[in-house]
Amino acid sequence: MSANKGLNLTLKVWRQKSQKEKGQMETYQVSDISPDSSFLEMMDILNEQLIEEGKEPVAFDHDCREGICGSCSMYINGEAHGPGREITTCQLHMREFKNGDTIYIEPWRAKAFPVIKDLVVDRSAFDRIMAAGGFISVNTSGNTQDANAIPIEKANADKAFDAATCIGCGACVASCKNASAMLFVSAKVSQFALLPQGRVEAKERVRNMVKVMDEEGFGNCSNTGACEVECPKGISIENIARMNREYLNATLKGE
Amino acid sequence: MSWVKNTFSSSVGRKFAMALSALFLMIFLLQHFTINFISVLSKDTFNEISHFMGTNALVQFVLQPVLIFAVVYHFVMGFVLEIKNRNAREVKYAMNKGSANSTWFSRNMIVSGAVVLAFLGLHFYDFWIPEINVKYVQGDMSGLLADGSFRYYEELVHKFVDPVRVGIYVVAFVLLSMHLLHGFASAFQSMGARHAKYTPAIKKLGNIYAIAIPAGFIFIALFHHLTSH
Repeated sequence: MSANKGLNLTLKVWRQKSQKEKGQMETYQVSDISPDSSFLEMMDILNEQLIEEGKEPVAFDHDCREGICGSCSMYINGEAHGPGREITTCQLHMREFKNGDTIYIEPWRAKAFPVIKDLVVDRSAFDRIMAAGGFISVNTSGNTQDANAIPIEKANADKAFDAATCIGCGACVASCKNASAMLFVSAKVSQFALLPQGRVEAKERVRNMVKVMDEEGFGNCSNTGACEVECPKGISIENIARMNREYLNATLKGE
Repeated sequence: MSWVKNTFSSSVGRKFAMALSALFLMIFLLQHFTINFISVLSKDTFNEISHFMGTNALVQFVLQPVLIFAVVYHFVMGFVLEIKNRNAREVKYAMNKGSANSTWFSRNMIVSGAVVLAFLGLHFYDFWIPEINVKYVQGDMSGLLADGSFRYYEELVHKFVDPVRVGIYVVAFVLLSMHLLHGFASAFQSMGARHAKYTPAIKKLGNIYAIAIPAGFIFIALFHHLTSH
């Protein structure tokens, strides 16, 4: 048991009934919140309170609650996933807040991520970008070669792995002042571009993924670096430079 | 040539073109500073170089149009990208803590850029338009005053007599410094030029350039203001 006293908090939460309706910030009070509870548990307590009061609970995305799935998209006190670093909202704990704090809770804000309800946004734009090239074409006839049979430089294997840890949560888009998706797209481009299996389709991949990214209405990259600071997996903007190289190489030098 | 259109209308291509124009402008700024600084050291040398730059065909009819294109492109595309970026987030956050993850300079390139653009308007009114008028409208390519001496140094010093103009000059260069503090290294990132060994050096060089060059321009303005009385 924690010796810490429960927190009394004022929550300002974005409420929006549907994609078509206008939303607004609503104010709620929660009391005696354990500092050891996670942010999502605090949201659960708020929702139980709202249900008891006969009100509509706050809709929010969540799934694994262990920092893997990337579902819990919340913009907390002006930062994606709140004040912590390299964590998702489910890994944020109430001990980060003080008794009497006011906490702003908003959905990811981007034209390409329309709000479905309250804090839930439609991130299928990421799926469409992935469908445009975020894969390698392998003949799965049963004679597929073992990937480990191809020697890969350790440094590149590590960088590809780091890029592949992107969980597609969209915190980069939410944090970017331009709602740019370049950190996400560059991580996906990089994880393949750094490996021999991915080089085969590298030019086509980067061209198609950037094209769809632009069509989806994401903004441009201003190199502020906000995305890598807020990324729960610490994806580096080194990947954005690599994507720029890959794209320019594909468009200026490619066929 | 549809690949050219496709490339330079894409998000990555536009940033690449912004970076290229920025690099050209930074090289231009360095040579502009070098020539201006000579005015502090030697009036005659400054006059000679100014006359060369003002009458040399390569400078006037090749480099000057490229410079004008780079300036216009950089500003126009800067505003185009700003509008596109603003449109990418239709509903703003009720609370946004940009300072938690990025520098003010990087988030406000449009502000520092707009101030520099306003200053360029004054700069063109002060120097470039009169220069074009004398040389290409009046047809006087001699670069001489009525007394037979070169006019360039006198024109430069004359503009720095007014303290208000010097004040505007100083403010504009402080904003340019802020623009460059982010812009220098950012241009390399946009071009994909990033390397574990060289990027830290590029960032340091960028900081030195961003502070030293604008500070140098401010020094030149203050020097002439204080010594011309």
